[in-house]
Amino acid sequence: MILGKVCGTVVSTVEHPFYDGRKQLIVRATLPDGSFDGEKYVIAVDLVGAGVGETVLVEDEGTSARQLTGTAPSGPIRSVILGIVDEVACSG
Amino acid sequence: MKLGRVIGTVVATVKAEGMDGLKLLVVRPLTADLRDDGEPFVATDASAQAGPGALVTYEASREAALLHAPRFIPVDHAIVGIVDQHHYEGGEP
Repeated sequence: MILGKVCGTVVSTVEHPFYDGRKQLIVRATLPDGSFDGEKYVIAVDLVGAGVGETVLVEDEGTSARQLTGTAPSGPIRSVILGIVDEVACSG
Repeated sequence: MKLGRVIGTVVATVKAEGMDGLKLLVVRPLTADLRDDGEPFVATDASAQAGPGALVTYEASREAALLHAPRFIPVDHAIVGIVDQHHYEGGEP
């Protein structure tokens, strides 16, 4: 899993039917201290009701994403937001 | 998924088995705020309607192949959708 900040939204009308009705958010990867991790980002399907500006937990792995969306074994999905982060405590 | 811009098309008459009828497009990867981000690649079109100039979302790796289910074909990048609306606020946290 990675930490990220929701920086935006993507809306598509013409898309693969799997994604109809699934909210897609632009999440930029962040380091534990909250700064952006370079230009790294991912567009992830939101499972928890996250919004722009929030720090979130993103799973960027297909098998887990399919399990979390109940679409195993063939759901064409890799990245999901599975948590909204309240606080990161990290020393070192 | 990531963002990309369709910048061209590819026609290949001789293709691997199972890839017949699939549209091949050249896609330039973009950053979250739509700046160019690396070298273009070839992707199949799982949205069915993408063309040059379109802002799209694409998926890489195994999930690209799954986008073409029930066919399981050898692709590593596939276009998921055409982006109508891209909203971005990227202030440093």
